[in-house]
This record gives sequence, structure tokens and C-alpha cells, in this order.
Amino acid sequence: MATDVHRPVSPEAAPALRPTQAVHVAGLTRSFDGRAVIDRLQLDVQPGEFVALLGRSGCGKSTLLRILAGLDRDIEGTVLVPRRKAVAFQAPRLMPWKKVWRNVLLGLPGKPGRAVAEQALKEVGLDHRTDAWPKTLSGGEAQRASLARALVREPDLLLLDEPFGALDALTRIKAQRLVGELWQRRGCAVLLVTHDVEEAVLLADRVLVMDDGVIAHEQRIDLDRPRDITDPRFAELRARLLERLGVDTAAEAA
Amino acid sequence: MSISHAPPSSPKKDISSKSGFESSASVDVVPLLPASSRRTRVPRWLRRTTGPVLLLALWQLLSSTGVLTADVLASPGRIAQVAGDLIADGSLPSAMGTSLQRVAAGLALGTVVGTGLALVSGLFRIGEDLVDAPVQMLRTVPFVGLIPLFIIWFGIGEAPKVAIITLGVTFPLYLNVYAGIRGVDAQLIEAGESLGLSRRGLVRHVVLPGALPGALTGLRYSLGIAWLALVFAEQVNADSGIGFLMVQARDFLRTDVIVVCLIVYAFLGLFADFIVRSLERLLLQWRPTFTGR
Repeated sequence: MATDVHRPVSPEAAPALRPTQAVHVAGLTRSFDGRAVIDRLQLDVQPGEFVALLGRSGCGKSTLLRILAGLDRDIEGTVLVPRRKAVAFQAPRLMPWKKVWRNVLLGLPGKPGRAVAEQALKEVGLDHRTDAWPKTLSGGEAQRASLARALVREPDLLLLDEPFGALDALTRIKAQRLVGELWQRRGCAVLLVTHDVEEAVLLADRVLVMDDGVIAHEQRIDLDRPRDITDPRFAELRARLLERLGVDTAAEAA
Repeated sequence: MSISHAPPSSPKKDISSKSGFESSASVDVVPLLPASSRRTRVPRWLRRTTGPVLLLALWQLLSSTGVLTADVLASPGRIAQVAGDLIADGSLPSAMGTSLQRVAAGLALGTVVGTGLALVSGLFRIGEDLVDAPVQMLRTVPFVGLIPLFIIWFGIGEAPKVAIITLGVTFPLYLNVYAGIRGVDAQLIEAGESLGLSRRGLVRHVVLPGALPGALTGLRYSLGIAWLALVFAEQVNADSGIGFLMVQARDFLRTDVIVVCLIVYAFLGLFADFIVRSLERLLLQWRPTFTGR
């Protein structure tokens, strides 16, 4: 339970009081049938910061991401998010009836040309599949297309909902590396929801553990980039976080 | 599966095999031939045409020997000849033209009505509440049963015929377009929302393309029903069209003309199916099943 001072909540987003933050959430509550999945949650994300959000399944981390994405408005509390934000979901969610490049441009204001899509696809290494139908892409390719679709919006906040969850081990490593590179190049704030502790420690500046509807634990990751998973400090951080999540790692941490 | 144990007097093996793994059991080995080697030389299309051709030959034989008389069923040769005559004197083409016009008009009207209603009830909750229940009730009425009523309402001209076809076409289209709209993946809608699509944009880029496969299935059903409705409509009070030709032929016991008309119906149906399939190949090329070979 959050023990902070309970602030008066306003259902609509108040005017941006703190423009220095990419995300400002205060006293956020989201209930399903009277049960608060998110309970007076506080969260701040700095511009350009990479934050990973860990938690057991069902802890509300995906709900929080959906709220930040603006897809869930049945909320109480203050939520400030950048106007320009983009989401990549666990399933790529490409429109199967639009070619890859049209998917990338979907929903963009104005009438951006194909070159804009090509540029974004090139950035994720998918420029050779510009004209493909989404159903002909492999899992990793589809996920990269989904990333390109998010990046082409030039977001100030990129929301990633377990984007590597459905990928095979090798593809996942490549995709993680790609996200790390893109983040460093773009400098946007990233909120990565994941259940993979290693992934969180590998990519994030700060790892949050969500439990009981609030951010229950916060862990700064000060390791140099690119990070080495064989680094003992990496293993220690990973073990500590796993412990927070209730996984016994005595054997590994020893 | 049978595993035959080796007789004790099996030929001598190497000495180390004293464990239970003594594989002196003789296994019955059969070669697995590649599928291609079993295939016969006769090409598939030829084999597939053999059946109908044999049937046709049998029919001709029965007719020629007098077992099958002309007032029961005319012979294939006779039918071909009559078809030639009917085409030559222009009565078949003009009947076909009339019938095609009726189907086209009914289909166009039915498509507009069915799709329109489905859009209203599929896209708007209020539309669903107002439209869906009455349509679901009306659809259980066999449309052919409405012919007498339609004749009273619309007289005996073209209107009741087109109306019957329209009615037959409307319901399958409505059901399939409606189901198609409601069956669009909610995840895709959400993705569209997160991309900043407006409500109109969502309908245009996500909902309607997602409903298209269902709509085309509906169109296919509708076409089948359109021909059926045409047959019914033209046998009541018609003075032109293929159905009229058939009714006339019935009065003169001309089984040959009747069969010619049936064949024409069949071909028109095939043609309509071909059009829908071409449409599917064109519009649904994003589906891996429609790579179009």
C-alpha cells in the first residue's frame, strides 16, 4: 500500500506543472469491479530515462502501461504524459491488410510519404521488407516493424509492453540490443514492462518493481553500457531483484 | 505391431552382445517409396473429366437405345442442338439478358441494403439495438413465401422479381458483414487507437478492412441465393427470362429446352462464383491463403 500523503485527485490531466518530467503520475487508482489493481501509485520518469517495470503477472504493470498510453481512461488521480508517445505491444499488432510501410505510417498526421516509412524501417534494419505483407514476416521482423511504427512518431515517451516476450531466445537478444541502440540514438524516455529481470538490468537506468498496485521497490542500475551479463555486479543486481520478486536465488547468488 | 523373437539358433553375432540388446531379431524391413514413384501417368485433370464424360456417354447411350424417351429426358446430342437453335434465333440470349438484369438489380439493391444495415448495427451500439433484432426476426421468414405478398404490393412486372432477389440477398450479407465488423480483433483496434487514429480512421483503416473477408463470404452466399430467388421469381407470372422459357417448355413437354435452361443457370452461377473468387484474390491478397497461384 502506498503510504504517501493522499493528494486530491483530478480525473482529467492537470496542466503540465512539471515540464521537466516525461511522465508524472500521482495518486493513480484503477479499479476493476471495486478491486484496486493500481492503488494510489506514484511514478516519475525523467526525459530520456530508460525505466523498466517488473512485477509478477497480474500485478497491474500492463494496466499501468495501458493507462500511460491513453488506452484506459477509467482512472482516478493525476497522469501527465507527453503528447507524443508511442506503444509497442507484445504482439506486433500490425494491420494484416496493410503493407509494412503503410503500417508504419498509419495514423501519422498529414500525408507523410513512403520515404518517411523507409527511413524508420531502415533504422530497425527492415528496409528490405518495406513492401511485404505483415503475415509474411517472421516474429522478429514483425516486432521490428512494430518498433519502426512506434519510432516514426518521434515519441518523447516510448512504451514497450513485453515486446520481446514472444520472440525466440536468439531473436530476443538481437531485439534487446536494437532497442538499446535506438534509445541511445533517439534519447526518448522509455518505459519497458517486462517479466524478464535480466532484460531489465541489461537495458534500464532504473528498475521498478510493482506489487500490490504500487511501485514497491526501486533499483538504480549504474553499470556502464554496453552491459555485460557475466559481470558479477550484474549478477548481484539480478539476484537482488529476483529476491524482491519472491524468487529464491540462493544457489545463484552464492 | 509384432516383434518376432529370434530363434536361439541365430547366426553368430559379435561376442559382446550378451545384454538384452541382442538385436538378432530379424526385422521385417520394407522400402518406403517416394510418393512420386507411385503416381500414375494419367494427369489429374484427365482423370477428373473421365467421370462426367462417362456419365454423358451413358446418357447418350440410354437415349439412343430408346430406354430414355425424349419426354422424360432429351439426349445430350439433342440438347446441344436445341441450345444452338435457341442461341441462333436469339431467344436464349435475350432471356439471359433479362434474367441477368434482374439478378444484377436485385443484387445491387440487396448489397446496398444488407451492407448498409450491417454498418449501422455493426458500428453503432444504438444502431445494433434498433436494427439487429428486427433483421434477425425477419430473416427467419422464408423469403420465397413472400412472393404472393410481393405480387399484391408490386404487381406482376419486374418489381416483385427484383424485390424477391433483393430480400434473398440482403440477409446473408447483413449477417456476414455484421459478424465481420464485430469479429475484428480488439487488439488491432487498440493498436489503432494508440497510433492516434480517429474514430473515422479506425473504421476506415481497421474495422472495414477487417470485416472484408466476412463480407466477401456473405457476397458468395448472396450470389447463390440470388440465382435461387431468380428461379422462383421467374416461374411465377413471368413473360420473359430464363424461367419463362422453362415454364413455356414445361407446357410443351420440351425436356430439351428445360435442360438447356438448367445448364444456363449453372453456368451463370459458376460465372458469379468466379467473379467473387477473383474479387477475393484481389482484395484479400494480404492473407497468406490467397497468394494466388
